[in-house]
Amino acid sequence: MTKKKVLLKFPQNGVSKPFTYRLIKDYDLIVNIFKARVTPEETGELWIELEGSDDRIKKGLDYLKKERIEIIPLEKQIERNRETCTDCGACVSLCPSYAITMDRKKWEVNFDKKKCIACELCVDACPVKAIKVNF
Amino acid sequence: MPKTYEEINERIRKGEAVVLTAEEIIDAVGKDGLEKTAKEVDVVTTATFGPMCSSGAMLNTGHSNPKMKMQKAWLNEVNAYAGIAAVDLYVGASELQQNDPANSRYPGEFNYGGGHVIEDLIARKDVLLKATSYGTDCYPRKELESWINLEDLNEAVLVNPRNGYQNYNVAVNQSDKTIYTYMGKLLPKLGNANYCSAGQLSPLLNDPLYRTIGIGTRIFIGGAQGYVYWNGTQHDPTVARNKNGVPMGGAGTLAVVGDMKQMSPEFIRGVSMTGYGVSLAVGLGIPIPILDEEILKFVSVKDSDILAPIVDYSHDYPNAINNALGMVSYEELKSGKIQVNGKELPTGSLSSYRKAREIAAELKKQVSKGDFLLQEPIQNLPLDTKFKSLKMREGKND
Repeated sequence: MTKKKVLLKFPQNGVSKPFTYRLIKDYDLIVNIFKARVTPEETGELWIELEGSDDRIKKGLDYLKKERIEIIPLEKQIERNRETCTDCGACVSLCPSYAITMDRKKWEVNFDKKKCIACELCVDACPVKAIKVNF
Repeated sequence: MPKTYEEINERIRKGEAVVLTAEEIIDAVGKDGLEKTAKEVDVVTTATFGPMCSSGAMLNTGHSNPKMKMQKAWLNEVNAYAGIAAVDLYVGASELQQNDPANSRYPGEFNYGGGHVIEDLIARKDVLLKATSYGTDCYPRKELESWINLEDLNEAVLVNPRNGYQNYNVAVNQSDKTIYTYMGKLLPKLGNANYCSAGQLSPLLNDPLYRTIGIGTRIFIGGAQGYVYWNGTQHDPTVARNKNGVPMGGAGTLAVVGDMKQMSPEFIRGVSMTGYGVSLAVGLGIPIPILDEEILKFVSVKDSDILAPIVDYSHDYPNAINNALGMVSYEELKSGKIQVNGKELPTGSLSSYRKAREIAAELKKQVSKGDFLLQEPIQNLPLDTKFKSLKMREGKND
């Protein structure tokens, strides 16, 4: 079983189809939704984690691609600038997925990209703007 | 046998002084006891690194030709106070750029302000000076625009009216929406708790009754050697204290000064607090001479002995309601979670303990090498003043 976090970007008029239902029903994937939104232009964004065999995840994503949905792997999104960061810890208490933790021996802030769900709660909390979202 | 400043300085000059950080002294006292350690240790170094809004830079740009009495001035579009002599300027850490939208698009980003101008100057980056004036017989110029650099200024002095708060609130949010404060981003319904102190490493928490930190004390400020020039604004020494004299909330403060030309951007950083404004993170370090056992007892204070009040910043703080939801120790805060009203809250900090440690270690190195001598205060900080609220009134009294 593999877990893969992705951001799905839906084109205009693409938000009305039941994609998550298809992923679950047709591709036997466990779908965990972190965040979803529809923009005023009626495009949509869905932050999800897919869990299943590598083969089923690939087939599920191929199905989404055919439906013209843009797929962005989430592990690449949040970047912390090590040079700028002062390790103050203003971001630590905001992280819901424990991707940001304080090493309480060295008092350094650790970023674990694998655990990041790209909720962006930390981004505007950084006093030295060391956290950026990369799309 | 009590030691004197002169005896300790003599040992520093000879490179013989025994210097420990305020963290290291805890173990030393635990192992050898107060009496033995007081004889052996000469100096304990304390430090902190965090946002300190009441900071600013006093600059003298030198005269242009023809000369000008600057009436209004901007540095990288940040307003600088020019209501002093012709080419003296003061740029405050919290000042915004003139066109900053502030919170009109809430929460405002506050990407650049006075704190960043100070950081850029210290980093030897060119800064754009703009000034206007009305012109006089002696100072005819009415407009000026020029790039300036720290190297070319006559004086560039950090003059911070309130730094190094002795203890501080722990901020939480009891409302239903996220709030943006000077204590950082606070999630609704007690979603997190933010604190801002180096606790057991923090200067005034190691000298709770101001026995050695006073007016004239030589300090490490932003990488330079500077001084305490007065008590800080809002100095409030009469707050409740525990049996060891440690205040149980914001108490004493320091007004400090130092030469920006000797500072490093490593220890001075402009900061942006989303939804709140800009500020300056200042690195301070203060060496404490171990003159006697009482002073040693004070510097061996531990995070578990220091308590801070938990304050709601959604309603109580803005409405000046003096109400603590509870008291919590820095040991608990630094564990990563605390309990408030039966709920477990993750903790975050605005003050960098990693940087505070770095400064305490750097100061220890400088004192050990004989590069940093201790200065006895020429006057002690007040122990009896009280921080008052503004009594608002419509009628003029006189």
